[in-house]
Amino acid sequence: MWRDAVLVAGKDLRIELRSRVVLHQVLPFGVLVLLLFAFALGPEHGPLRQAAPGLFWLAVLFAGVLAVQRSVAVEGGEGTRDGLRLSGLDPAGIFLGKTVAVVVELLVLEAVLAAGVLLLFGAGVRSAGLLVLASLAGTAGMAAIGTLYGSLSAGLRVRETLLPLLALPVLAPVLVAGTRAWQLGLGTGPSGGSGPWVAMLLVFAAVYLALGVLVFGPLQESA
Amino acid sequence: MSAPAPPSPARRPPRRALVGASGLAGAVGLGVTVWLGLWVTPPDVHQRDLVRLLYIHPPIAWVALYLAFGLAGVASLLWLWPRTRARLWDRLAASAMEVGVVFTALTLLTGMLWGRPTWGVWWVWDARLTSTALLLVMQLGYLALRRVPADPDARARRSAVAALVAAVDVPIVHFSVDWWHTLHQPGTVLNPELDAKVHGAMAWTLLLGFVSVTLVFVWLLAERYRIEALADEAADAGLEAALEERWAEAGATAQAQAPAGVGS
Repeated sequence: MWRDAVLVAGKDLRIELRSRVVLHQVLPFGVLVLLLFAFALGPEHGPLRQAAPGLFWLAVLFAGVLAVQRSVAVEGGEGTRDGLRLSGLDPAGIFLGKTVAVVVELLVLEAVLAAGVLLLFGAGVRSAGLLVLASLAGTAGMAAIGTLYGSLSAGLRVRETLLPLLALPVLAPVLVAGTRAWQLGLGTGPSGGSGPWVAMLLVFAAVYLALGVLVFGPLQESA
Repeated sequence: MSAPAPPSPARRPPRRALVGASGLAGAVGLGVTVWLGLWVTPPDVHQRDLVRLLYIHPPIAWVALYLAFGLAGVASLLWLWPRTRARLWDRLAASAMEVGVVFTALTLLTGMLWGRPTWGVWWVWDARLTSTALLLVMQLGYLALRRVPADPDARARRSAVAALVAAVDVPIVHFSVDWWHTLHQPGTVLNPELDAKVHGAMAWTLLLGFVSVTLVFVWLLAERYRIEALADEAADAGLEAALEERWAEAGATAQAQAPAGVGS
């Protein structure tokens, strides 16, 4: 399973390196969302800095949906899904591999967006470790949900509209917990313990990674 | 005594009668609940007449959040489990989810009607309200997924996974929003003592409300299930009819060609 995961992740990342769709289209979109937030909230740094953690996670969520769409589209070519099914790779490995590829892409995106939040919104860092930990855990959960729902809606003509409707409500806990953790990490919100939030992100990621490993096989049989 | 009848229609009427009876009992029960709730029970000391929403809002919420959604989750799990996989579970999950959407929407509606005069606002970002709202969106997503035309088996598989993901998510949403509040502002707007103050005629009315709304749900669920089964049957019959038509056509062309071939 692990070897297959590495193979699939390597394949997806190689495709990304050669096509640069996420880098050239999804990443600028994420930055654009940050700019649009600033237009919506006004030019003062105060409110922007206050809202920075939530805006960051919202931008990640929206860009994440696009990254998942791309990850599904990669398998959309004629016979690609059949090829993947016939390749003898473990479905759980395929799931983990595709998830890891999305995680890597999103982490790059998050690094850029974090820089954007710091530079454009004038936020300061209080605990860099907390920011990184929360981003890692939150992104893993997000990518797991995205890959699961992405494969669920793969091959459907209404995929583009259906995927956000399915995935975004389920990702609400990531938004809540990620935002609280980032508030503490950036020092913009009320102080408190960051433990529960990081724990929640980790549990969320673990639960959906496990669920994906279990049900991805049956999902691949159909379609 | 009883006239001989073919087995399948003979089995159907008693079940249909039971379903109809539960619908009738639910409707009558709801009527009596309304009568008791509006005219017989006394107004509350604090809430005055607003307390009368107590007889419908919690029963609807119980059906929506636990009965319907729980049933859909369990049925989806049973469908996914290879040993218990049967079309029954897929139909049951779909029916429970679809009827559940109505009850979830009603839960939000009656809750907001109650919240406006009690709290002064239509909506608070409380754990229960927020997770119910997200549940409604997830249920709509499930129904949207089901509407996508597909082979019944593939559709069942997709829907079951979506239902399972949502079922796991709702408690996490609830916890996350709950923590969000308790860690930053002590106490929520909802008053948990409310239920403890219920007694006498009010308790009986509330109990009747629970029973009636549950019966109405059972009736709607059974009818929805029947429609789903009939739709499956119709699809199968349609396919067979289309096949037969093609065969007949092929036979007719063969017959028409045969004499011509002999004659020439």
